[in-house]
Amino acid sequence: MFGEMIRQKQFGVSIAVFVLLLLVPLFLPRFYIYFLAVIYLTALLAMSLNLCVGHGMLFQFHHGVFYGVGAYTAGLLLAKTSVPWWIAFMAGPLAAAFAGLLIGIFCIRLNRLYFGMLQISLGSLIWAIAFRWYGLTGGDDGIHGIPIPDFIASTTSSYYFVLVVMGICLILLYLILKSPFGSTLQAIRDNPERCAAVGINVRRHQLMTIIIATFFGGAAGVLFVIVEGSIFPDLLFWVLSLEIFIMCLLGGWFTFAGPILGAAIIVSLRTFVGAYTEYWTLILGVILILLIFFMPEGIMGYNYRQLFRSRTKYASQIQME
Amino acid sequence: MLRVEDLHKSFDDFRAVNGANLSVQKGELVAVIGPNGAGKTTLFNLITGQLQPDSGKILLNDEDISKLPPHIICRKGVARSFQIANVFPRLSVFRNVQVSVLSQQRLSNKLFQSASRLAVQETNRILESVGLWDRKMDVAGSLSHGDKRILEIAIALGNEPELLILDEPTAGMSPEETATTMALIQRLAADQGLTILFCEHDMEVVFGTAQSIMVMQQGQTIVQAKPEAVRQNSEVQQAYLGGE
Repeated sequence: MFGEMIRQKQFGVSIAVFVLLLLVPLFLPRFYIYFLAVIYLTALLAMSLNLCVGHGMLFQFHHGVFYGVGAYTAGLLLAKTSVPWWIAFMAGPLAAAFAGLLIGIFCIRLNRLYFGMLQISLGSLIWAIAFRWYGLTGGDDGIHGIPIPDFIASTTSSYYFVLVVMGICLILLYLILKSPFGSTLQAIRDNPERCAAVGINVRRHQLMTIIIATFFGGAAGVLFVIVEGSIFPDLLFWVLSLEIFIMCLLGGWFTFAGPILGAAIIVSLRTFVGAYTEYWTLILGVILILLIFFMPEGIMGYNYRQLFRSRTKYASQIQME
Repeated sequence: MLRVEDLHKSFDDFRAVNGANLSVQKGELVAVIGPNGAGKTTLFNLITGQLQPDSGKILLNDEDISKLPPHIICRKGVARSFQIANVFPRLSVFRNVQVSVLSQQRLSNKLFQSASRLAVQETNRILESVGLWDRKMDVAGSLSHGDKRILEIAIALGNEPELLILDEPTAGMSPEETATTMALIQRLAADQGLTILFCEHDMEVVFGTAQSIMVMQQGQTIVQAKPEAVRQNSEVQQAYLGGE
């Protein structure tokens, strides 16, 4: 019952926040509307990665590739073909999920660290294609001025589009996490050997997780194209993947909403500190060190420990997440 | 129901299981005993698919399961517990058991249903039957060692197994906990008609509960017989009981 109450309270809060975010463009200058949209799509990207990292303990080190594949697919279709916009938008996540399947099939055979290493190498191959194939992708210049459909071409309308799509995706991710699939995934995270012994096909379950996560990663990539109107190889570069990874750790990788917070912090740093110095990654490094020493479960994880000292309450909280 | 014939498994040069034979009849409570390093755990890992044998046969209801992966063997009705408490430490006690019930009901892949409404009755029934019901909201990692071992059995029960394999179910338990656990195992065998295969160090426990005992030494089966016959077997007395 206690859990049920919190659930309703949480639901109410989410609705209130959503309505507030809908009203925000009425007050804010254009730059901040754009800035918020970038935070939203990055938050979705981090959330999709966290399905692997936080809830599945799959060290998806090169998640940026799938973000990039989603962005490139939608961007190229919009810029170079005359397919309707909605087909281009749908193709992004699907292509990303397909790339996730291809890379996942190989990686899934390996454990933890080796999984991550192989993923970095295979992902870098895709980056190299985007970087080198001038005829198709524009190479290291990328493609700019991608035609975006009129109804989401302005900053404000694209803000609303990103917000709504992100909202829908977050609800879907939440449902997935609460489903038998999600709860089995968390059991695999805790103890894969035991899961195999209760009749779960661990590898297939992990592969499904990667496909789902890369689908949402690709969706975030499409949102990027809508907001920026351009694509470039940095989207698939491993540095970006590392950033997303840190967002998950920073926000709280065992919590549902932690990565949103992590994304907000990192994007803000990148935007405001990055404007003063190109060494802003130095600050990122310091944050990471502090994080490992003082908050190994991230900000949200730390919060829950503080708020729910007693075991029982913490348990119901974990169930909620 | 289960028959193991001339099973072999080596790790590099070490012959962990070197000619093991075992037969388990339906409804029986069978114990495997033997000194440390005799290959009991390896034998169990071979039966449940965590390891693959080098040679020999493992027949479950006359079907050879020796080459199958663990999750398939589990679906054929063999569930197990592990020697080291092997639970899902970050999940609640309830979720721990629910995971295996969901797997048993083939619901593990459902994406858009709420897990908190599925398999609740079955899970509660199992928790009640092993006496963990009042702790179901606790994080499994916070349980005492004894309770974790019980939880392990509960997880295995979630699969509604025909054959339950327990690897030293009372290892590291106090005498009282041992007594409760063995009573629980005997009750499960009697009430639910479970076939149980277990290994155990405590001789009193083994001779008090098992209907058939298999003795292993250096990976090899010396004998499998009824408790009285095993007690009188001279080879066994030399190899194992003699020292006590």
